[in-house]
Amino acid sequence: MTTIPSDADNRAHILRLLGEIAPEADLAALSPDVSFRDQLDLDSMDFLNFVISLHKAFHIEIPESDYPKYTTLNGCLAQVAALRT
Amino acid sequence: MAEFVMPTLGADMTEGTLVQWKKQVGDRITKGEIIAEVDTEKAAIDVECHANGIIDQLLTKPGEKVPVGTVMAVIREEGPPATAPLQPQHVAPQPVLRQPIPTPAAKTVPLPPPSGRLRISPAARKLAAERGLDPTGLTGTGPEGAITLEDIARASTSPVDIATPAGTAERQARMRQTIAAAMARSKREIPHYYLSTTIDLSRALAWLTAENARRPVTERLLVSVLFIKAVALALKQVPELNALWKDGEAVRSERIHIGTAISLRQGGLVAPALHDADRAGLGDLMQHFQDLVKRARAGSLRSSELSDSTITVTSLGEQGVETVFGVIYPPQVALVGFGKVVERPWVATGLVIARPVVTASLSADHRVSDGHRGGLFLAELDRLLQEPQTL
Repeated sequence: MTTIPSDADNRAHILRLLGEIAPEADLAALSPDVSFRDQLDLDSMDFLNFVISLHKAFHIEIPESDYPKYTTLNGCLAQVAALRT
Repeated sequence: MAEFVMPTLGADMTEGTLVQWKKQVGDRITKGEIIAEVDTEKAAIDVECHANGIIDQLLTKPGEKVPVGTVMAVIREEGPPATAPLQPQHVAPQPVLRQPIPTPAAKTVPLPPPSGRLRISPAARKLAAERGLDPTGLTGTGPEGAITLEDIARASTSPVDIATPAGTAERQARMRQTIAAAMARSKREIPHYYLSTTIDLSRALAWLTAENARRPVTERLLVSVLFIKAVALALKQVPELNALWKDGEAVRSERIHIGTAISLRQGGLVAPALHDADRAGLGDLMQHFQDLVKRARAGSLRSSELSDSTITVTSLGEQGVETVFGVIYPPQVALVGFGKVVERPWVATGLVIARPVVTASLSADHRVSDGHRGGLFLAELDRLLQEPQTL
């Protein structure tokens, strides 16, 4: 039987991916509705690498036109939940 | 015999600390293989060897800080062991005192010199003089009893100086100092001139969007890669900008290695080279660029990547900057800057419409080129970005 990951699992997973891109960041203090770029000083290369990490970790397709949906933690959670169900 | 010397990994580097040897005496090494890890003021770098052969001598100890040009190892071509001692042409290591370590007494049973003549390398003789040692009283452990640098170091009453690994704050401070030194030198020695042009990016961005839509996420392109490739191709039309200033004259580079300014997350920046950027396809260039950024931020760049750049490209658009007035990184003779992609009113066929544009700027060395040629370069850059499918 396959267990569907909870929001908490997804959140922890996404934070882990962010930590690999911005290892110096205090992710515990991350505001879920504020953009990663503003909080973590991500540039376009960092963001692309983050999107690639999400794609590989959650096996989801992320067209470039959907990038704006992945710029915050809550946005990522919503997309992952929607695309994996 | 070939000598491996402390390389210069940029105009701002005067010395480096050996972190570790990646090869040992007796190991075979080929050109391009990593021989050592060296800590510079900016990062720890994997240093490549430029000779093929067998490691004959390792003269520098891990932890030692030595000036650029110091012979650190001797490599011999495969064959019988070397019979002559090291004959270095550079100065002996002059470590900066950080933390003394005990120096073990020389216990190796040496081979006696074959004759009454003292066999000692010039570097070892110099070090002995500096440390007040009479080398005639020493026994050498080198070939045929030759006195080596290691013998002098062991016999010296002054400790071998070891640099401690730099902490983040210390590294940041040192990096700031080295950047300051290079930039001050640039402004002191290079008569800069500056040009800029505004480039309509509507075609390039439309092409990029379509291209990325058909590419898997792992192979998508960033607009900065289009800029890099366009710069590389434009240099073919104005090759005097792709040169290095050496011994009072500009020496054009046959190959185009684009130094890409990469900001480090802890502060500071490096500008490693994308080799042969003019010949790489956009997909390969993007993969290489991604890898370079990743390794720059992880501190695992190669020496050739830090020393081979023939021009630098810097993009500051993500910081909101519209126009870059760059400082040339010597001995290069030009730097190309890109600002933020912004929508601006644009007049085309008598109509004012909104277009995405970017300001491209050129900082160039007036000893090497003039504004006319610089202007041609920017015009060519503009032309190339209007035909993104050709990049």
